[in-house]
Amino acid sequence: MSVIYLLLSISVTVAIGFFIAFITAVRKGQFDDGYTPSVRMLFEDELIETEKTKTKNTNQTDIK
Amino acid sequence: MTAQKEQLNCYHCGDACVDQTVVYDDKNFCCHGCKTVYSIFKENNLENYYSIQQAAGATPKEITTEYEYLDHSDIKEKLLSFSSEGTEIVNLYIPHIHCSSCIWVLENLNKLSSNILSSLVDFPNKKVTVNYKSDRISLKEVVLLLTSIGYEPYISLADYNKKESKIDRTMYYKLGVAGFAFGNVMFLSFPEYFNYNDIWIEEYKHFFRALMLFFSLPVVFYAASDYFKKAYQGIRSKFLNIDVPIALGISVLFIRSTVEVLLDWGPGFFDSLTGLVFFLLIGKYFQDKTYKHLSFERDFNSYFPIAVTLIEEDEQERIIPIHELEEGKRILIRNGEIIPTDGRLLKGEGEIDYAYVTGESKAVTKYIGDRIYAGGRQIGGAIELLTTKSVSQSYLTQLWSNDSFDPLAQGQYQNLTDRISKYFTVVILSIALSASLIWYFIDAQQSLQVLTAVLIVACPCALALAAPFTQGNLLRIFGTHKFYIKDGITLEKLSHTDAVVLDKTGTLSAAKDMDYHYTGTPLTDREKIFIASTLRASHHPLSRSLYELMDKTEILQPQDFENVVGQGIKAYYDGIEIRLGNSEFTNNKEQISTHETSVFCSIDGVNKGRFIFKTTYRKGLKELLIRLSRFASIHILTGDNEGEKSNLEALSPKMTKMLFKQQPQDKLDYIKNLKKRGQSVVMVGDGLNDAGALKESTVGIAVTEDIAVFTPASDAILDASVFEKLDQFISISKRGIKVIRTSLLISLFYNLIGISIAVMGILKPVYAAILMPISSISVVIFTTIASKWISRKL
Repeated sequence: MSVIYLLLSISVTVAIGFFIAFITAVRKGQFDDGYTPSVRMLFEDELIETEKTKTKNTNQTDIK
Repeated sequence: MTAQKEQLNCYHCGDACVDQTVVYDDKNFCCHGCKTVYSIFKENNLENYYSIQQAAGATPKEITTEYEYLDHSDIKEKLLSFSSEGTEIVNLYIPHIHCSSCIWVLENLNKLSSNILSSLVDFPNKKVTVNYKSDRISLKEVVLLLTSIGYEPYISLADYNKKESKIDRTMYYKLGVAGFAFGNVMFLSFPEYFNYNDIWIEEYKHFFRALMLFFSLPVVFYAASDYFKKAYQGIRSKFLNIDVPIALGISVLFIRSTVEVLLDWGPGFFDSLTGLVFFLLIGKYFQDKTYKHLSFERDFNSYFPIAVTLIEEDEQERIIPIHELEEGKRILIRNGEIIPTDGRLLKGEGEIDYAYVTGESKAVTKYIGDRIYAGGRQIGGAIELLTTKSVSQSYLTQLWSNDSFDPLAQGQYQNLTDRISKYFTVVILSIALSASLIWYFIDAQQSLQVLTAVLIVACPCALALAAPFTQGNLLRIFGTHKFYIKDGITLEKLSHTDAVVLDKTGTLSAAKDMDYHYTGTPLTDREKIFIASTLRASHHPLSRSLYELMDKTEILQPQDFENVVGQGIKAYYDGIEIRLGNSEFTNNKEQISTHETSVFCSIDGVNKGRFIFKTTYRKGLKELLIRLSRFASIHILTGDNEGEKSNLEALSPKMTKMLFKQQPQDKLDYIKNLKKRGQSVVMVGDGLNDAGALKESTVGIAVTEDIAVFTPASDAILDASVFEKLDQFISISKRGIKVIRTSLLISLFYNLIGISIAVMGILKPVYAAILMPISSISVVIFTTIASKWISRKL
């Protein structure tokens, strides 16, 4: 068995793996809303409690 | 002092603080509502809301009893998307969602109430999904919580009637399949291109080819299936659309390649085949991406409320879903509620705002016994109605059952690509056949090869991409300039415009801004104060509009005040009698034109004069009409009387046709007539009464002051702030067609090269593999740059 067959089967398997990952992602609805997650990831997890953090956050005013 | 006041903007909603300024926590608020929201956020450590996006809030609506219906089990069940023991999930449409602060605060709802488990915002659709503990908090309380922080959900009859809509993700799957196969096939076809006649390739090529055949199967039978279906539909209706040559190309590519591989003649054209389908699908995807949050298909369902308060025989109030409402019932309409069906007023004074129906912002006053049509919004106190028709029979709903709303009656529109593809298909087929015929005499073996080669290389990939990319780009550019078009076909139709029909109220005239002028004996400053104070005490719509416009520096309390129903109001200040009302009531002796809306005033029984309301037209209207008249005839249709005729005539070019007192049906018929004469009609309107005309016209454009609110069904939505650019949008769409034409020429040029190679009988798979992507990519690049260029002046 030549190495070509081995390499090809590996590459095709990897490709199919990614293909399946893509299909699952679509099925789970990851492509339904392409905007909101991009904003969500920029939010701080913590709620504002002190004045200090608040002023720091004003820098990201225009992430819209 | 006033100058200083104008500087102040509300910390919460960003509006100018006009009447009053509420200072709280060293911040200025325009009203107590905004202050309350701020304090709710502050208490719950949600102040971050203001730092993400400044002044992102909305003034909360006064909470009324109008959400009572959410406790009705039947209605609730229809609204919930999931319900099980203890938890419920609801998906609500909130028009105010507009920035990142909105997303942040709505996703932190659980910080405001511990009974809310989680909430997720879908920004493009302006929706929030709330998951809450139903044994602790009811749906009504969730909605009230949202309303109290300025995010009032919009719940309409459409939510009640909605079918379980599944999100269509087929496009993504098809793109995935085609892209996956394209990548792999290209990778597998390279060895043979570069190691032609090598010893090792001779050994493995069969394996490579078999794999390529395998990968192309799902592409042809799944990803490209739509092209076959549409081509079949086209042929069946005896019409060669663009899908016919595409389907022909795909099948010839696939059959020839399969035969080549199976009979060991050569590697086939699998890379071109998969690449072609992939590029075509990208084009389709690009074109399909439209504005999710705007609905172009709205009917009365999305405007009407979901429930109504019924008054039973025994005076008991009961909430019923609106479709259960029959004629001859008594219903209660509270402040801010929409009148669901035609009826007669039984109790209370109706002040009905028909802005959505007619575009007229002045409310209409109705008295007991008056007939009231559906669609208006009651803005005074609660009223009682006796319904004279069921909801589906009302005047407004009947408008929708008109023929023009029947999709079959619309007829099929042939777009530019389809019109060209007709000739294209015929030409390609004849070239292919004649070339193979000639080759039959030179070298009979080559004949079939040449036939398929021509069909393969001529496959109109670039041709099919030209329109989607140009239109997709233009739609996006228009969208950033607040003109939202439904789809590419609408854009193409817009370019043919040769008649523009305009509605007056709400379209040419701004719904919000009104103006008045005073004629008669000049008033002293003191008298003006008296009049303003009197107006303030009245609830009549005209008084309110007038009061809004008057100088309110000083307001006095009248010693005595009387409201004479149907006549006017009188009030006393230091023994001076002020009367405001109709001509008779104020002792007017002058003859006046009945076309004008005016409020008369008299002081101590002597008529002083009158305040005449005048319509203010949109900024730049005159210039816009002149520019439009260069390429289209202009028609103004209005439901109003001829009072504004002279003003309108002064504004519009000479050839403008003006028709007054037009009923919705008249407008529709007028457009039908224009279309019969072969004209391509653009209708610009705003109210529900234009819905029929908007639908009947070639392109119906709905003008709106606020994109988030209801607009009638239309092909495009134009933000009122860019109304004066309408002509530019139309001329750019015209230039867009030129861009498509030019890119068609580019693609034909590539076809010419390909066909000459094919006709000579020297087409190798590698040539097709190079030519196909190059032609597609150059068309895409050209259209992108050209559409940016033609819209640079916007």
